Amino acid sequence: MIEVRDVHKSFGTQAVLRGTTLRIEKGEAVVIIGRSGGGKSILLKHLIGLIRPDSGSVLVDGKDLAKMSERDMLPVRRNFGMLFQMAALFDSLNVLENVGFVLRRERKHTDAEIQRLVAEALEMVELPGTEKKMPAELSGGMRKRVGLARAIVYRPAILLYDEPTTGLDPVASARIDRLIHRVWEELKVTSIAVTHDMKSARTIGRRIVMLHEGRIHADDTMENIFQSTDPILHNFVNGIAAPRTELA
Amino acid sequence: MQKLPIQRVRDAIEELGEFVRLGVETLGSLRFKRPSWRQFVDQLHFIGVKSQSVVLTTGAATGMVLCAQTYFQFHKVKMDTATGAVVSVGMCSELGPVLAGLMLTGRVGAAMSAELGTMKVTEQIDALRTLATHPVDYLVVPRVLATIVSAPLLTAQSVVVGILASYMIGVHLLGIEGAYYLANMRRYTDPVDVVTGLIKAVVFGIIISLVSCLKGLRCPQGAEGVGRATTESVVAASISILIVNFFLTLFLTRLFHG
Ligand SMILES: Nc1ncnc2c1ncn2[C@@H]1O[C@H](COP(=O)(O)OP(=O)(O)OP(=O)(O)O)[C@@H](O)[C@H]1O
Ligand SMILES: [Mg+2]
Repeated sequence: MIEVRDVHKSFGTQAVLRGTTLRIEKGEAVVIIGRSGGGKSILLKHLIGLIRPDSGSVLVDGKDLAKMSERDMLPVRRNFGMLFQMAALFDSLNVLENVGFVLRRERKHTDAEIQRLVAEALEMVELPGTEKKMPAELSGGMRKRVGLARAIVYRPAILLYDEPTTGLDPVASARIDRLIHRVWEELKVTSIAVTHDMKSARTIGRRIVMLHEGRIHADDTMENIFQSTDPILHNFVNGIAAPRTELA
Repeated sequence: MQKLPIQRVRDAIEELGEFVRLGVETLGSLRFKRPSWRQFVDQLHFIGVKSQSVVLTTGAATGMVLCAQTYFQFHKVKMDTATGAVVSVGMCSELGPVLAGLMLTGRVGAAMSAELGTMKVTEQIDALRTLATHPVDYLVVPRVLATIVSAPLLTAQSVVVGILASYMIGVHLLGIEGAYYLANMRRYTDPVDVVTGLIKAVVFGIIISLVSCLKGLRCPQGAEGVGRATTESVVAASISILIVNFFLTLFLTRLFHG
């Protein structure tokens, strides 16, 4: 269970989060939507303690990340997997070492086991046999899928996806969406994804949260969100460029 | 926008605080987690083995000029054979460690801060943290340990090469009597001079690695940020080495001769 309580976060004079409150139960599939630059990535990074709030708290299973030291957070983070918007692969390590990173650091598995688990994960993201490649040799979309494999290979209980399908072709996107859905359904993980793509939101989410001007503007089931008459939500979901006055 | 002097002082003190904190965290990390052997060996190769050509060239060049210059002055007062002693003491306790330290700063410190800085701006450091790994454990500790091991060894090498080069110049080019050159060198070079140089090298190694890692980890966004972090780390480490060297000379001399 993750709970965000009245979190404020500013960079310089720019207030990005202004009292965000959100509660996510175990096993949910949540999609976070919102304008570009609206602070979705920042919110996601708060959930795993990469960024500390200026005020407010982030509770993971009752423990306040904002009060923990970096070292105390490490075991908490072991339950998380995160796919970064730009994949953030380690560019000095090859695909095998990237994906098997946690497994190798934990020293619980033999090399052969790690290789098998990594191969399985790569199979799932449809990149079999790419173990020996370096991140620089991969396309943007391939990197993203390797990032996805790295996040799911060690079977975390909570998965955070920052725009998992941006930059992929429609077919690959649809496949990744289905994969994320399958991971959620079969492995019973908590799935939290940020996306701009309403089509993939439908596939991977059960509940939609809209972040607008640093607060949660809407929080409802998929059906209700898509039928909403709220102007901000309606325009966003249907991709209508509203006149400025309406958004203000 | 120009910064006020008072702000500059405050920034400097803040940075010193961060430097100390990173040092403490590095020590703490050694307690919590066994350092990765592979990372350490990789760094040892890059920092130690690959720096040899630069450091040895510097050592040889320094030994040669120091010898020639000393000879030119001493020759006037007919003290030619004391040249070797001056070169040896100077190289062991001052020039060896300081020049090796400065060269390492340029070659290794710059690379470290650029590498960690790039990792910072491409979110690789954040990725590391999400993968339940402390950046200090994985990145800083192996670099600091490898630099601490490499710096004194490189310094010793550079001193030896410098002295050999000075012998070649002094005896074969300038015509100083070889036996006297060596005898005076041995007579006036105290083991304490050698120890002083090695202690300094270890301290410089700590400064170089911690300053560079700190600047890399604190790197501001963008390619410009990485460039700035690299420049700052080289400047900060070089100046620190020169300042710390002065105090180490005073302190160690007191300690050993006092
Ligand atoms: N490290 C930082 N320093 C300063 N400002 C930052 C930093 N990170 C993010 N911001 C600012 O915070 C705001 C929110 O950024 P964020 O990356 O969360 O947006 P986003 O909603 O994920 O957008 P997108 O959909 O384009 O990825 C942006 O306006 C950005 O300028
Ligand atoms: Mg984003």
